[in-house]
Amino acid sequence: MVALTEAERAMADGAEGAAVAKAMDLLIRYADALGAERFVETNNVAGVPGSSTPWLKNYYRADGGDYRAIFSRFDLDSDEVVDVPRMNAFSCHLQGGMDPSLWRDQGMSEAQHDNFVYDEGQVAAHGIQVLKTCTPYLAGNVPVMGEHCAWMESSAVVFCNSVIGGRTNCEGRESTSAAMLAKRIPDWGFHRDEFRRGQNRVRVEVPVDDIFEWGMLGYFTGDAVQDTIPVLDGAIGAPSLIRHKHFGAAAASSGGVEMYHMVGITPEAPTIEAAFGGAAHGEVFVYDKAARARTYEQLNAVGSNTDVDFVMLGCPHYSVEQIAEAARLIEGRRVSANSELWIFTSRAVKATADASGYTRILSAAGAKLMTDTCSSISQAVPPGTRVAALDSAKQVHYLPAIMGIEGWYGTTADCIDAACTGKWNGRLVA
Amino acid sequence: MSDIETELRPIVLHGRGVVGGVAEGEALVTRETISGWGGVNAMTGTVIESRHELKGTTFAGKVLVFPGAKGSSGWSGVFHTARLAGTAPLAMVFTTMTTKVALGCVVMRVPSVVDLDRDPFTLIESGDRVRVDGDAGTVTIWKRER
Repeated sequence: MVALTEAERAMADGAEGAAVAKAMDLLIRYADALGAERFVETNNVAGVPGSSTPWLKNYYRADGGDYRAIFSRFDLDSDEVVDVPRMNAFSCHLQGGMDPSLWRDQGMSEAQHDNFVYDEGQVAAHGIQVLKTCTPYLAGNVPVMGEHCAWMESSAVVFCNSVIGGRTNCEGRESTSAAMLAKRIPDWGFHRDEFRRGQNRVRVEVPVDDIFEWGMLGYFTGDAVQDTIPVLDGAIGAPSLIRHKHFGAAAASSGGVEMYHMVGITPEAPTIEAAFGGAAHGEVFVYDKAARARTYEQLNAVGSNTDVDFVMLGCPHYSVEQIAEAARLIEGRRVSANSELWIFTSRAVKATADASGYTRILSAAGAKLMTDTCSSISQAVPPGTRVAALDSAKQVHYLPAIMGIEGWYGTTADCIDAACTGKWNGRLVA
Repeated sequence: MSDIETELRPIVLHGRGVVGGVAEGEALVTRETISGWGGVNAMTGTVIESRHELKGTTFAGKVLVFPGAKGSSGWSGVFHTARLAGTAPLAMVFTTMTTKVALGCVVMRVPSVVDLDRDPFTLIESGDRVRVDGDAGTVTIWKRER
């Protein structure tokens, strides 16, 4: 049984209101399921609090079907509906369900949009930051090393742990919503030093030095190490935020990687010994020319038709640097009449893209810069989409399965080219 | 003892209860981890992940025996929705503890057991009858006649 401090006992007993008590009840059940012995305090929580589909609201219609009902019954898994106050922790809303202005293009109905507007109003009214992105670290929430966080979104979690040295498990909707009220999360997993040590090794023998290569290496790594912590060393070059972003997202999708070490690159891996913390080096996986070719084929296994009718970029949400690159690649060209190009980012980054002129360039070329969501989250693709081209290993892992379409994985340039020609010409350059 | 008696004698595995309660039903076994959001359709309780060995198979009303969770942090939300839609597994037996699977078991409110003393994948096959006791932390197996 998880041990409670006096303050936690008081919260569980209702001293801070019914909602906080329900939050503690869920967190205690969760901590006991994990086998955690105590809680850590957190003041950095990112989730999807209270947002719901009309299906969920309808399910709880007897309870009022409103934000209060959803937050109580679903988020806090409570058997009764309680009043939900402003959140106590610094709380952020991650990705949402549609673009706030281009939702019609995404095939959303008026009713769905009304639902979206209502939920967002409630999120703001409850003191939750409306970041609406899978990349909170690009939109105003950058943890620091050692900070205890409670984050959802596997790609953000792996970034927080690995690149920043912040501490979060891959939390879920219910645990983050509860943590927003109780400012507690089980002291288990990545909150503890001993859990953060490397378990298996990936030796990189081919140069991995751009975002396309980092994405493939991430996909290979997740497939190889599953949900363990890999320590990578070898020919990994030119680390940057966006390369880590794509590597981590891919590794979290093909396996369950929530933290990785790259020797000499990530903060808890100054040396290979430090990364393993004195533990054995586990299994050794080699990423060589053959492994790279296999990974590329795996990522393109759901592509056979070269007529591309949809290109989606921005998984995880594009940084302003990536939007600038897309604008540079497409300037002077036009999206093919047989294709569409949607690029996803956060509202914060889009504001910079607007100010920098990129939104105008993309729009002039017939591309759409969208925020809040992505095609997988919203299950939104242009009508009649059969074949998509993607520059994200994570998105190619998910989107074809979710939408029942074909998918190609390639470089950003391959994808922009496919959008402008309607043809897939991507290939693996040796 | 006769062969019949050997066959009828259940196998009992001991582990740690994750969520309490007792449930008994037909096992659905996979050695592959399961992705929740994007890997499962909650409305039908079906695995949809492209290359998963259970692709197209439903776990609704079954005792799901699997290594654990992978993928998106939407895992608990998807299985929570499956509970509401009536497509959740009857019980869960898994081998690798993660926050995703722990929270998923909690909000699905189904008996769940982990940390078993013997390998469930060699002892349980799809179709076997299995009782999961989340209070005692045991899994009882009756082999299906083959």
